[in-house]
Amino acid sequence: MPSITRTDVAHLARLARLALSDEELDAFAGQLDVILSAVARVGEVAAADIPPTSHAVPLTNVFRPDENRPCLDPAAALAAAPAAAEQRFRVPRILGDEE
Amino acid sequence: MTDLTRRTAADLAGLLAAGEVSAVEVASAHLERIAAVDGKVHAFLHVAAERALAAARRVDDARAAGERLGPLAGVPLALKDVLAQHGVPTTCGSRILEGWLPPYHATVVRRLEDAGVVILGKTNMDEFAMGSSTENSAYGPTRNPWDLDCVPGGSGGGSSASLAAFLAPLAIGTDTGGSIRQPAAVTGTVGVKPTYGGVSRYGLVAFSSSLDQAGPCARTVLDAALLHAAIAGHDPLDSTSIDAPVPLVVDAARTPDVRGVRIGVVRELSGEGYQPGVEQRFGEAVQLLAELGASVTQVSCPHFGYALPAYYLIAPSEASSNLARFDGMRYGLRVGDDGDASAEEVMARTRAAGFGPEVKRRIMLGTYALSSGYYEAYYGQAQKVRTLIARDFAAAFERVDVLVSPTTPTTAFRIGERSEDPLAMYLADLCTIPTNLAGGAAISVPCGLAPEDGLPVGLQIMAPALADDGLYRVGAALEAAYVDRWGHPLLEEAPAL
Amino acid sequence: MTVVEEVAARYAPALGLETHVELGTRSKLFCGCPTAFGAPPNTQVCPTCLGLPGSLPVTNEAAVRYTVMIGLALHCSIARWCRFARKNYFYPDMPKDFQISQYDEPLCTDGWLDVPVDGEVVRVGIERVHLEEDTGKTLHVGGATGRIHGADYSLVDYNRAGIPLVEIVTKPIPGTGALAPQVARAYVTELRDLLRALGVSDVRMEEGSLRCDVNVSLAPLGADELGTRSETKNVNSLRSVERAVRHEIERQAEVLDAGGRVVQETRHWHEDTGVTTSGRSKEQAEDYRYFPEPDLVPLAPAPEWVESLRAALPELPSARRRRLQAEWGLTDRDLQTLVNAGALDVVAATVAAGAPPAAARKWWLGELARRANESGVEVSALPVTAEQVARVVALVDAGTLNDKLARVVLERVLAGDGSPDEVVEQRGLRVVSDAGALAAAVDEAIAAHPDVADKVRAGKVAAAGALVGAVMKATRGQADAQQVRELVLERLTSSSRRS
Repeated sequence: MPSITRTDVAHLARLARLALSDEELDAFAGQLDVILSAVARVGEVAAADIPPTSHAVPLTNVFRPDENRPCLDPAAALAAAPAAAEQRFRVPRILGDEE
Repeated sequence: MTDLTRRTAADLAGLLAAGEVSAVEVASAHLERIAAVDGKVHAFLHVAAERALAAARRVDDARAAGERLGPLAGVPLALKDVLAQHGVPTTCGSRILEGWLPPYHATVVRRLEDAGVVILGKTNMDEFAMGSSTENSAYGPTRNPWDLDCVPGGSGGGSSASLAAFLAPLAIGTDTGGSIRQPAAVTGTVGVKPTYGGVSRYGLVAFSSSLDQAGPCARTVLDAALLHAAIAGHDPLDSTSIDAPVPLVVDAARTPDVRGVRIGVVRELSGEGYQPGVEQRFGEAVQLLAELGASVTQVSCPHFGYALPAYYLIAPSEASSNLARFDGMRYGLRVGDDGDASAEEVMARTRAAGFGPEVKRRIMLGTYALSSGYYEAYYGQAQKVRTLIARDFAAAFERVDVLVSPTTPTTAFRIGERSEDPLAMYLADLCTIPTNLAGGAAISVPCGLAPEDGLPVGLQIMAPALADDGLYRVGAALEAAYVDRWGHPLLEEAPAL
Repeated sequence: MTVVEEVAARYAPALGLETHVELGTRSKLFCGCPTAFGAPPNTQVCPTCLGLPGSLPVTNEAAVRYTVMIGLALHCSIARWCRFARKNYFYPDMPKDFQISQYDEPLCTDGWLDVPVDGEVVRVGIERVHLEEDTGKTLHVGGATGRIHGADYSLVDYNRAGIPLVEIVTKPIPGTGALAPQVARAYVTELRDLLRALGVSDVRMEEGSLRCDVNVSLAPLGADELGTRSETKNVNSLRSVERAVRHEIERQAEVLDAGGRVVQETRHWHEDTGVTTSGRSKEQAEDYRYFPEPDLVPLAPAPEWVESLRAALPELPSARRRRLQAEWGLTDRDLQTLVNAGALDVVAATVAAGAPPAAARKWWLGELARRANESGVEVSALPVTAEQVARVVALVDAGTLNDKLARVVLERVLAGDGSPDEVVEQRGLRVVSDAGALAAAVDEAIAAHPDVADKVRAGKVAAAGALVGAVMKATRGQADAQQVRELVLERLTSSSRRS
C-alpha cells in the first residue's frame, strides 16, 4: 500500500512544476494517499502474462507524406505570447545546463 | 409558430430547408433565450453572438443563392470550451488559458462550419474536462435546469445544461471517462461517445489522449445522429483517426426497431452504491426493450470492477504529460515574471496559480504513476487491466449485440455535495469508464425520473468499436416507446426557468 | 610519446558516442512545416510544432524510412513493432514540455560500422538508432557572454522544433588504446560519409545538423569492467571530437593518478579553450517518466518493405572505397592518403567527369590541397567543381595548357573568374605551339644573346637553358619549354653544321 508523505508530494510538485503552498502540500498529501490506496487495487488483478494496452484502437503505420503545409504567420504564432521580442518568444532566464 | 428553442434540430432543419424560418431567426431566438435564462444556469462561458449571426446570415444567403447545403445548415449548436475555435476564446474552464485565442480550428469545428451549423458559443466544463459536476470550472459552476441546486454532470455540464435549458438544440461534448454520457443522463438528454477514432481529436485540448473522444449531445436520438454524421469521419491530422466509413447512424436512428437485437445486461454494473430509483428505472427500461422484441440476457464482465482504478491511473498519467505545456512561456497565463525569477520558477508559479485543485491532484497522481520505480505497479498494471477489460467486452460481444447498464449510479447530486471528496466524485463515472478504456461506442438515453428525487435517469447502451449505428437503433426504439408511453419527451417535464 | 600514449600505457580508455543527426526531410517529423536552415525566427511553425493546445502529431513517412535506411546501413535489426514514447521534462525550448522520442523500443538495434583508422579497420558496435524530434533554439540575452549563465532573459525560436533527429548510439568501444581520439574522429567521419551516401541528411556540422555526445572512461589495464564515464555534450566538429576525447583521457588520468575518483557526470565542451567543464551530475538526473506516446500509433515496418529498402541502399562508403581502390589501382597507403585529405569524393567526381584517376589525384592532393590548406577549408569546400578540374586536366592532355598554365587557370577559377575555358580565353593563356611564331621568338633570343649562342654552338648544350628561359619570358610562359629547347638546339646545331 502506498503511503504518500508531504515530502513525496513536494517531490512530485517539483517534477510537475507546481509551486504549492504549505497548506496545499498538507492537503494533497492526505488526498493523494487516499486516492492511491484506492487505485492500487489494480494490483489485485493477476495480469503477469497480459500484454498492456496503450492505444484504444489497434492501428499501426499511420503516416503523412513528406510534404510542406502552410505555416502560421509569425504574428499569429506570437500573438498569444506573454512576452515577445525580435519575433521570438521572450522567456525568463533559464537556470541549469545548456541543452 | 411555436417557440423555435423548443424544436429539435431535425425539426429546425426541416423548417429551414422549407424556407419557413431563416437561420438568423433561429439563431436570434436562441441567443435571446441565452440572454434571458443563462444567468440562472451558466451553461456558457462565452457567447459569440455576432459571429453566430454572421454565420447564420451566410447560411441564409447561401440558401437564397440556391447552394446545396448540409442537413444541419442553419441549426445552432453549443460548443464545449475544450475545442479550439479560431479567434474565439478557448479556456477549457481554466484560468491558465484565460484570454487565449486559438489561431486554428479543431477539425470538429471546421466540419461544423462547413456544414453550416451555427456555433452560438463555448460551454462551461470542469477544468480540462477533469470532473463529473462542472464544479471544477475556474469560472463558476453550471446548474442543472431540472434543479438549480444540483449539478448538470461533468465535465460537459455546460453542454448538457444548454440542451436541457433549451439554449441550443445541439451541443458538442467530449468524453474521456463519461463526460458526455453522465451529463446527458443527469439532465435528461442524449449523449454519445463515438468509437475511439471515429471523430477527429485534432483541436480537442487533450486530457487523456488514448481515451478522449468528441461526440454529439442533443435532446433526441435522431438529432444526435445527425450531428454525429456531421462531425465523424477520417481526419489525416489525427493519427488515431480510423480510416473507415462512418457507421450509418442517421439511418439507424430512423429505424427504431429492436426486434431480434441481442441485449446484454452487465451484471457488474449494479448493486451496492446504485440509487434504488436508478435501478428501478433501468430495470423498467430493460423490460421495455424486451417487450419491444429484443432478447435480453445477463452478461458478466468480471474485470469492470477494476475499470475505475485503472482509469484513475491512465488518465492522470497522460494528463500530467498533456498539461505540461501550460507553462506560461508561449501562451496563456504567466505569473511571477518579476525579472529576477527563473523560467523554472515562473513555470511553477504560473501552474500553481493557473490550475485548480482537481487538476493539480491529477497531475501529481499521474506524475507519481509514471515515475521511475512506480511505473510498472501503477501505469503498467493499469494498462494490463485495460487489456482485460477490452477482453471482457470482446467476450460479451460474442454473445450479444449491445450491452446496457445505468449510465450513472445516481441521479444529479447537489452542488458542493461531493466537491470535498474526490473519490465520491469519481464514482459518478463508474459505468461509463469501461467503454473509454476499450475504445468502443456508447450512448446515454433518458429512461424516466427517479421516484425518490424526480431527477432524470439515463440508460447506457454500449457497442463494439465501429458499431455506433447499433446504439442509435436501440436508443431510438427506446425513445419512441417512452414518448409513446409518456405522451411527450421527458424534457417536457423539466421545470420552467 | 604523447600524453595520451603515456596514459594508454597505464589505463585502457573506452569510448561511447551518441550522435544526433538532423534528417534532410522537406517537412518536420510530425507536421508539414519546412525544415530550411536560417529562416527568420518563428516563420516555420504551426500549431503542432508550437505545441498549441489541441494540436496533434502525424508521423512523416520519409523520416521513418530514412531511419530504417540508416539502421540497415549500420547492419542493425529493424524492429517489427515499436512505439514512440514521451520523454517528460520542462524546458522553454520544448513546446510541449515533453519530447516525442523512442525509449525502450527503438526502430533499429544491434549493428556495427567498420571504421578505417590509420590503415586498420576498427569495428564499432551500434547499440541503437532511434527517431525523435528536435527542440527550438534559444538566444540568451544580457550578461557578459551570451551564454546561459548570467543571462537576463532568453528568446526562443521554434523553427527547429520538430525537425526529425536520429540518435545513433554506439556500444562501448574498448581496446582502442592511444588511438581512442582518432577512432572517435574516424567513426564520426565515417558515419557522416555514410549518412551523405544514403542521402538522408546533408550533415552540415557547422549548422548543427550533426551533434555528438562523447562518453569516455578509463580503466586500469587488464581490468574486467569499464571505468566510470563522463558524458561530454555538444561536440560539434570532427576536430573537436578528437580533441574532446584527448582532453577527457588526459583529465581523467590526472584525476585517477592523484588517487581521485572520476565522477559520472555531464560535461560541457569549450571549443575555444579545448577543455571540458562539469555540468550537472547524474545524481540529480531528471526522472523523465517515459510512456508510450498515445497520440501516435505504433510503427510496424513490414519485412517486405524493409527488404525493399535494403535492396535499394546505395553503395556505402566502405564498399565504394574498396571499389575505387581496385579501379584506380591504389595501394592501401594511397587510399589512406586520399581519405585523410578528405579528397576521395572530389577525385571520384573528377574521374567521373572524364579525368584519368592519376591526374585527378595529382591536382586534388597537390595544388588544390595546398590552396585549401592556405584557406583553412576542406578541399571539398573549395570554389571549384570536379568538372572544372577535369576540364583543366583535359586541356593539359590536349597540350593547350602546360602544368604551369594549368595552375594559373585553377587559381583564376578559384578567384571566381569563370570556367577554365573562359579563363583561358580571357587571359589568352594557352601554350604557343605555332611553329612560325616560336621560330621567330627563338631567332630573336639567339640574336639578343650571341655569346650564349656561341657557347651552345661550341657544344656547351647546358647553356641552352638561358635561351629557353628568354623565349619563355618573351612568350609569357605560354610556350612548351621542351619544344622551345628542341627548337633552340636544332637551330644552333644545324647552323653550325652549315658554316
